[in-house]
Amino acid sequence: MSRATREGKETREEKAARIRHLLATEGESVERNTKGFNAGRYDAVRELSDYEELKDEARAIKEDAISRLPELIEQVRETVEENGGTVYLADDAADANRYIREVCDDADAETVVKSKSMTTEEIDVNDALEADGTEVWETDLGEFVVQVADEAPSHIVAPAVHKSRETIAELFEARFDPDRPLETADDLTAFAREFLAEKIADADVGMTGANFVAADTGTLALVTSEGNARKSVAATDTHVAVAGVEKLLPRFEDLSPFVELIARSGTGQSITSYVTFLTPPGDAPTLDWDADTAGEGDRDFHLVLLDNGRTDLRGDDQLRETLYCIRCSACLNSCANFQHVGGHAFGGETYSGGIATGWEAGVHGMDSAAEFNDFCTGCTRCVNQCPVGIDIPWINTVVRDRLNREGDDRNFDFLVEGLTPDEESGRLDLQKRFFGNFSTVAKWGSATAPVSNWLARTPGVRALAERALGVDSRRDLPEFKRETLRKWFESRGGTRVEGANSGGTAAGVREAVLYPDTYTNHVAVERGKAAVRTLEALGVAVRIPDVPDSGRAALSQGMVSSAEAQARACASALAPHLDADRDVVVVEPSDLAMFRADYRKLLPETEAERIADNSYELFEYVYGLLENGGDADALRGAERETERGEQIGYHSHCQQRTLGLERYTTAVLEELGYDVSTSDAECCGMAGSFGYKREYYELSMEVGESLREEFAGDAQVVASGTSCCEQLTALRDDDVPHPIERIAPRN
Amino acid sequence: MTSLVGRFECEAADAGCEVRRTLAADFADALAESVERPAVGAPLPFTSVSLPEYVTTDPTPSDLDAAATGITPAQFAVAEYGSVAIRSTGGSDEAASLYPERHVAVLAESDVVGDMTAGIERMGKIVRAGGDAVFATGASATADMGELVVGAHGPREVTVVVVEDR
Repeated sequence: MSRATREGKETREEKAARIRHLLATEGESVERNTKGFNAGRYDAVRELSDYEELKDEARAIKEDAISRLPELIEQVRETVEENGGTVYLADDAADANRYIREVCDDADAETVVKSKSMTTEEIDVNDALEADGTEVWETDLGEFVVQVADEAPSHIVAPAVHKSRETIAELFEARFDPDRPLETADDLTAFAREFLAEKIADADVGMTGANFVAADTGTLALVTSEGNARKSVAATDTHVAVAGVEKLLPRFEDLSPFVELIARSGTGQSITSYVTFLTPPGDAPTLDWDADTAGEGDRDFHLVLLDNGRTDLRGDDQLRETLYCIRCSACLNSCANFQHVGGHAFGGETYSGGIATGWEAGVHGMDSAAEFNDFCTGCTRCVNQCPVGIDIPWINTVVRDRLNREGDDRNFDFLVEGLTPDEESGRLDLQKRFFGNFSTVAKWGSATAPVSNWLARTPGVRALAERALGVDSRRDLPEFKRETLRKWFESRGGTRVEGANSGGTAAGVREAVLYPDTYTNHVAVERGKAAVRTLEALGVAVRIPDVPDSGRAALSQGMVSSAEAQARACASALAPHLDADRDVVVVEPSDLAMFRADYRKLLPETEAERIADNSYELFEYVYGLLENGGDADALRGAERETERGEQIGYHSHCQQRTLGLERYTTAVLEELGYDVSTSDAECCGMAGSFGYKREYYELSMEVGESLREEFAGDAQVVASGTSCCEQLTALRDDDVPHPIERIAPRN
Repeated sequence: MTSLVGRFECEAADAGCEVRRTLAADFADALAESVERPAVGAPLPFTSVSLPEYVTTDPTPSDLDAAATGITPAQFAVAEYGSVAIRSTGGSDEAASLYPERHVAVLAESDVVGDMTAGIERMGKIVRAGGDAVFATGASATADMGELVVGAHGPREVTVVVVEDR
């Protein structure tokens, strides 16, 4: 049951309408369920004292398994055959379906019962069997609901996550016309259980997936809660298990970290009700309801191992990590966008959520991945949640880059050549090119301000920007300042710390480069000035050299070559300062994330390492200065003795939180007497340029709404990221500055 | 320090199980409190601990449908997770632990292991001997009908009877 393939390319307006529809019809259920899973996950992993070690162990096992996959396939074939079963290695979906149809045909199967398996969704086996006249029933209750509704799963673990109890009740009433009304979730469960019990009793073939397959013993591990997988196997005398080849683990004992991590990472349970280990054919008696006998347990067993693009994924240096995925759904549940639209928007033909981009690109091709890849904003909240440490945003970036190169949108190339000189092919989507080259736009904006700002507010220009660039006209555009931070700094005579700037710096004076990111330099200049005053008050000699864009904007649009070129230029500009032992202090968290994390992918290792080691988030640096004897009295909190306990809401930036740097801002604000409340929302919804885009504006506002509600009781709110500040300012209709503006000395 | 069985009791209760401790001599009484008839089951492998006569040990499918309780041995338990390992033998263990509304697992206190690493190692011995088994933790459950429901395809209630002197 794959999602209907849309004819041609969807326009921005059509996409916006589709998202609006999903927000209205499915958003509420998706949000309630995924946020519940996500909160459960935080609690469940906190119980593990060795969580990080388990993740490392799981990752190492997967790396090893995938590296010797061909060997494991041969090994499992031998073990399963020795045990008395059959292994079929299927090249693709058609091959797998052909084999499964033959097995069902040999078993004279009229009815097949299935337990939940995304891999069987991937190959559309139900359609193939039904075409032969075989009845197929999904026995997992969530899968049963989507089967009855004739829909596709909206979540890889909880397929009916988009449906509320009421909509399921309506669906069952309409389809089955039950004798008694079905009102409660208990009623619905009891009805489905009874209905499916008959189907299971009648079935000839039981089909399952496998969460893991141990190559050395030929054991399938099934992680379930309802008991339907156990029944589907117990009640039938032919068992077909369908699993992607990546499910193989070398040894049975390798299962241990996965059993500990999979349910915690997914639905937030410590373990699911049933973790079944089947080494077929097994001994359990087969049950025959017609004859009312329990048979000898002589099951026929077929393990269908599916390739379907996985061997190619394995050979792909950038996308190989996808195969480490254990499909736990942590990256779905921790994603702010997914929490609001679910997998019917944020998903391809079969898979959904952040990691789905890798899966869809691998098993269904780039077209399927292209449909939803933009929903990943690169916020990185999923990175630390993935139990096998897959860099999911990077996979999305790589796929976006490949899509950019095969795009066909040439319509407005004449507008951008020159305005946005970049390393990308001329086929890059104009919207991506615009946002990916924001630093060029900003330079022009400051140089011509205020004219650029007047121009940007002109209705005709906004309409053109919306039409040509997809910049939503409901968004306030950033206002460029005529005097950039660097100009201001220069005109005040550089740093005012004694002993600096006069042919060398006095011994003992700490020197730092304040990185002039595009926003701080051209738009949010006040936060840059506040940063300078704060650092100077703590005795740091500040420099603001001409360092180019970090490449963040380009990377966020999947313009990897441009990002690489910019990273190189940025690194060269920073190099002399690093040589002189200067620290690099960064205001904008997304740029810091480039220096600390993304540069490892874009620059030679030692160069990336040096930048990562010497760059600091602004409050991380201030915290360090205060801890090392810096005088807090020099900051603004000290003069507000009467205001101690003043309430302040603080929203950290998504990438900042992934780097574990939220706590420094909170600690410094608290030290200066603030009573700080922090947000739980994974992301503000703006996510750089995402919220400006015509097709995503409404989703962005919906995501932001959750954050607004969290701060509803706060008189003042501060946020670390530029886009978070803009989003919160729009939502609260009140200025939301960077926290540095609350602690900097006034002059 | 809490004993292994104490930890198990705590975690199994958290997972929604009822846990009863008994001496082998009092087993019949402890069991009677947890069983609703008709009952099906699989023979217990512990010395001087056996199923009462009213338990049907080789149930047909219609016996399974009619049964209110299924009684099976637990091969071992994992304390940190409150999980019991139910082995699918050539007998009725798998079906008796799965079909009736109530499952009673009988566990020897000496068969409790501490953590999942130990649990998987112990499970590996069963697997390597060609056996099938399941870690069962609490009752069957689903969140697919709009809210959490205990009792999906499998049992709705689970009791673990821990025999302290076995």
